Amino acid sequence: MKSTASLRRREVKQLLRQMGQRVYTDLDNAVFPELVFPSRSVRNIVYDEGLKQYILGSSSIRRSSQNIKHIRPFSQLVWLAYFVNKLVAEGKTSTLRDVFYSSQAYNVEFVDQDESDEIITDLEEVLSKAREDFSVYPEERSAIFGDLTIEYTVPGYEGKKLNLSSHPDGYLIGPSLSTAEFVDTSAEMVLAVEKGGIFTRFVEEKVHKKFKALVIDTAGQPPRSTRYMLKRLHQELGLPVYIVTDGDVYGEHIAMVIISGSANAAHLRELTVSSAKWVGVWASDVVKYKLPSNPMTEADIKRAQELKKDPRYTGGIWQRELDLFLKIRRKSELEAFSKYGLTHITDKYLPEKLREAKGM
Amino acid sequence: MANRQVAFAEISPSEFFYRNRDLAGFSNPARALYSAVRELVENSLDACELFKILPEVTVTVSGLDRDSEEPDPKPYVVTVRDNGPGIDPRYVPNAFGRVFFGSKFLLRQSRGMFGMGGTMAILYGQITTTKPVTVVTSFDGNTTYTFDLMIDIQANRPIVLRRESQHGDGSTGTSVKLTLEGDYFRAAQKIQDYFKQCAMVTPYAKLTHVDPQGRKFPFERGTSAMPNPPEETLPHPYGIDVEAFRRLVKQSTQTSLVKFMSSSFHRVGPKIASQFLQFAGSDPNKNPGELTSEETVRLVEAIHRFDGFLQPDASCLSPLGSEILDAGIRKELQPEFAATSIRPPSAYSGYPFIVEVGLAYGGRVLSPGVKLFRFANRIPLLYDEASDVSWRVISEEIDWKRYRIPPEAPLGIITHVCSTKIPYKTVGKEYLADRPELERELKNAVRDVLRQLSGYLKKKGSMEMVKRKLNIYGKYLPLIARFSTNLAKAKRPPRYGKLLGKRDSPREEQRRIEEYS
Repeated sequence: MKSTASLRRREVKQLLRQMGQRVYTDLDNAVFPELVFPSRSVRNIVYDEGLKQYILGSSSIRRSSQNIKHIRPFSQLVWLAYFVNKLVAEGKTSTLRDVFYSSQAYNVEFVDQDESDEIITDLEEVLSKAREDFSVYPEERSAIFGDLTIEYTVPGYEGKKLNLSSHPDGYLIGPSLSTAEFVDTSAEMVLAVEKGGIFTRFVEEKVHKKFKALVIDTAGQPPRSTRYMLKRLHQELGLPVYIVTDGDVYGEHIAMVIISGSANAAHLRELTVSSAKWVGVWASDVVKYKLPSNPMTEADIKRAQELKKDPRYTGGIWQRELDLFLKIRRKSELEAFSKYGLTHITDKYLPEKLREAKGM
Repeated sequence: MANRQVAFAEISPSEFFYRNRDLAGFSNPARALYSAVRELVENSLDACELFKILPEVTVTVSGLDRDSEEPDPKPYVVTVRDNGPGIDPRYVPNAFGRVFFGSKFLLRQSRGMFGMGGTMAILYGQITTTKPVTVVTSFDGNTTYTFDLMIDIQANRPIVLRRESQHGDGSTGTSVKLTLEGDYFRAAQKIQDYFKQCAMVTPYAKLTHVDPQGRKFPFERGTSAMPNPPEETLPHPYGIDVEAFRRLVKQSTQTSLVKFMSSSFHRVGPKIASQFLQFAGSDPNKNPGELTSEETVRLVEAIHRFDGFLQPDASCLSPLGSEILDAGIRKELQPEFAATSIRPPSAYSGYPFIVEVGLAYGGRVLSPGVKLFRFANRIPLLYDEASDVSWRVISEEIDWKRYRIPPEAPLGIITHVCSTKIPYKTVGKEYLADRPELERELKNAVRDVLRQLSGYLKKKGSMEMVKRKLNIYGKYLPLIARFSTNLAKAKRPPRYGKLLGKRDSPREEQRRIEEYS
């Protein structure tokens, strides 16, 4: 198994150094340095049919230190590069909030966290790397459980190994897990579930053994570190990814973001698992499994109609299920299976749906 | 009604003005005191300027009874002393003791129109205090003459109470001392304003005002440049009416219309005179003395219809010029920026005029907002500002937004109109009428100075922008340099000093290298 985590770290350090050299050389030649990166304006976010995800178009931003309006964000951007370079070198991590406060020690204060978040996204663009790659993590975290042995790379834990089935509550997908190397696994698939409750049920019902699966709690719309983890599991271990969500339009969209990415992260292409499969709960499942259901609200209906126009939703099950949701105007949660017994979902529903999904 | 007898009595000019003293600015004790000071100062300045003498005028106002605690109004003594050419003693009684003395048809720019204001002040003093005026003058420096005069109002004749002569001290000049009922308490502000503004348009004069408490307010000379004295000119035909025409005829010794026309009017020679008479259908050889009333009226009407007369020239005018106006503005307003605009001569109804406009911006004297200083023939106009054509121009005719002048900017606008006949709306000489020609010239001049200010502000703004930019670069470039040096793992800081508008000296560079290592 190749050591991708350290490889990625070396790559980021290389990119940061190159950026620093460009700026340094310009200054040394008495030229105002500038950085060019793609524009994130709504007009520049386009859907790529081939990649089946949102990407940024061709218009770009030229941020010049000569421009009085640009020199402040320019300085902040160079500061951030300097700051994360230290983080990466020292094997430390930071959060978005943390970055906001750290700036204050360097005379490049941000007005608020929105401003520092913007600069972090700018750096993602300059380097074409997700912020997790340069050790800046979001606050929200989801969990993973299953037979996967990892080896830490974070300082103080280097070389230490851990099997992710050792603790039944699962493990937080935080910075140390995100940077860990994958050592060994018996798993043959990844099951991403939307909810903590169902995640726990899966662990209790030994889904990881029955289905040879790694179970991930996405905790709603998965944070980028979780999407990044899914991508790694798929890419490095060759595991197929299956997504289990509530039977509503929001569940459908969680699956869609894992597969095709979001408009917000249009500048990043390493977060999607395009081969992942949404196994349910579909609108047709609500009918087929006679699940207890609630009527869709006005907001649900509106959201469904919006998604119908979304280019990511063309064709396949996506339009079909949206149409059906709009037709039945009802939605069901994953917990609804409990009506037929607590293990109904793992004994009956999941095997049937996985079989179906594999055939897709 | 038909039987009612109406008595018509001829009254003298003195009496006319006594009865209508409101018109001439003597409506109440405060205004009268201010007008008296002003009229006497203006006579002094006119006299000095005509002889190109750098004026030195001292004005003392004191209570007649210095120790009196009596409240205003009360009798005051006004003494105005100048270093002018002096007056030939033969003319003194008539010059001071008779209204309309020296009435003449030749025109030139001067402050007083008919020498009437000074006499009005004397008349008013005589009426309110029954004291004579004392005039001390020397026109050759050898002998000084002292007169005590009163005016016989009904006969419009001077009464000489005393005439003495002493040896002079070699200097010329005139001192006028008159006693009148006044209200200094109420007039003080106007008198102060008057001197301040006077100093602005006569920066070559040394003015001193001593108030009733003995306090001295000196206005020092700011330049020794003086405007050229105006030349006397004949009246221009466009400015003539039937009565004036008749008087000219009476005065003239010419025996033919063509010779009369070409010798009595400004810029009318034999050629234009013949053209005009042909236009009017009059016989050029007719004796002007033999014109009937009807013929005179027809001829004057024809004058106003004829468009072949040349515009009056401006040799009879004495504008301040850019240099003197600028010196006056800088001396009295101490602005951050001053501009002037001198318009070419123009004319209305046959009277030539020149508009001069000055502008002062910023400094410590002016307060926020636009302040208008109006002058006509170098007289400050202090009353009825809102009725004046200048006020109308700056408040209605100027599109201020165009000039990008910040709102509430401390701004002084100085308008000076000089003419052989200032188009005052009233005898009180306080505001000018809306003559379209005058309005046009004022508008152009005000626009011109505003453009100059606008240019100055723009330049100042861009200089501040450059300064601000360098400040910002100075704050951020060192940070960028520091972070990028670290990122690039470079051994020395980059040489970016040029970007901060300076060249690194070897020593400075050494210092920075040490700072980083």
